[in-house]
Amino acid sequence: MKTLSVPNLLGIKHLVKEDIDLIFETADHFKEVINRPIKKVPSLRDITIANLFFENSTRTKLSFELAEKRLSADVINFSASGSSVKKGETLIDTVNNILSMKVDIVVMRHPDVGAHEFLARHVNTRIINAGDGTHEHPTQALLDSFSIREHLGDVAGKKVVIVGDILHSRVALSNIYALKLQGAEVKVCGPVTLIPKYIESLGVGVETDLRKALEWADVANMLRVQNERMDIKYFPSTREYTQLYGVDKKLLNSLDSEITIMHPGPINRGVEITSDVADSDQAIILNQVENGVAIRMACIYLLASQIKQ
Amino acid sequence: MSDKILLNSKKIQIILQRLACQLIENHGDFSNTVLIGLQPRGTYFAERIASILRDDYHIKNIKLGKLDITFYRDDFRRRDEPLSANSTEINFLVEGQKVVFIDDVLFSGRSINAALTAIQSYGRPAEVELLVLIDRRFSRHLPIQPDYKGATVDVINEEVVVVNWSNDTLSDAVYITNKKKK
Repeated sequence: MKTLSVPNLLGIKHLVKEDIDLIFETADHFKEVINRPIKKVPSLRDITIANLFFENSTRTKLSFELAEKRLSADVINFSASGSSVKKGETLIDTVNNILSMKVDIVVMRHPDVGAHEFLARHVNTRIINAGDGTHEHPTQALLDSFSIREHLGDVAGKKVVIVGDILHSRVALSNIYALKLQGAEVKVCGPVTLIPKYIESLGVGVETDLRKALEWADVANMLRVQNERMDIKYFPSTREYTQLYGVDKKLLNSLDSEITIMHPGPINRGVEITSDVADSDQAIILNQVENGVAIRMACIYLLASQIKQ
Repeated sequence: MSDKILLNSKKIQIILQRLACQLIENHGDFSNTVLIGLQPRGTYFAERIASILRDDYHIKNIKLGKLDITFYRDDFRRRDEPLSANSTEINFLVEGQKVVFIDDVLFSGRSINAALTAIQSYGRPAEVELLVLIDRRFSRHLPIQPDYKGATVDVINEEVVVVNWSNDTLSDAVYITNKKKK
């Protein structure tokens, strides 16, 4: 049996193709588990997991918590608001206090890039990155690739365009790493101001014309515009952004071939995609959410298997 | 070759017929009975039993499933490497049914213990029986015994009982090999 090549899941950048294959293979089995009448297995009944969310989250936090509970782990939750972080406690002190309560795995979301790498050097526990600032969101990228594999049979050779706010998106960066590792062709598309300089050095193409990008693609991963991370104006108005980079049913129907629409959520209906696109058969957004639980169960299970008794 | 043959294909065929007949005695037309092969190796054995019931004794509607117990094992994190999971294929309800677990070798009983937990994810069986080809007695860690058994063997812990199923049934064999050789 194979094991993951890494002790922590800090980012897709640290993984190899075999790790992704192993995670997908394991997630296939967990997907079967979560579709049973009783959706729980006892594998992690002696493992305690702390979900530390220093930044707002709904679906990722729920998805991790559900995954942990379905593996029978003990779960404690922490959110920065209303905690001692507001009183000036450092990250290491906060985490060490929690680890003193005999926690085996930490799932953390943090607004600062590299917070997980920093923590991994200073505390002795397994760490799963649930999003670090604008850097990486590995489990989201894994569930996105898993959903493409499930829907189109394979990731290798598929053409995927990531549309929207590439500059502020950790989903975009992790997806680029994951898709490239599995042999997909990747393009990014969005306003020039929201595309990072030198992104082509990651081996992706850049397209500013949405129609051309969609004509090329098998899959379009539509990202949310992250207004909360914008300290300056990157485009004149939301209305103009929607006209240039929003996808509606009319645009989809006018394409030569039928493409798959993805979205990591939360959706701003009527901004990046219209409701009729979000709810159409071409969208696999709810499959992504379901697959998120199976992928997170697989990641936690594989990391927990490295913790020897 | 120092492997010791326990059963050759002819003996295995006789045992399979006997076990199938014993099942018919207790389960009749199998209308309230489901057969569950335990992954990975019990599934081959279960398929053999099911095909004898179907082909030789003309029992229709045999319900045969495959159950993987990897996520229910009690030795997770105690092994050097984690076990690979296999697929579970149970396309029927076990609620209220008589369940027959089928495995090739019964050793410590821990796999059966895990299977008893795992099957509850598919409903509450009316009763559960255990059918094994080889019973390694004197090696049990748990109070688990088979209801139907093909053969009983006494081997030391350093030895492994291996069941080889062949496609044509002519090369089926059960033999004892030494763990250290592997």
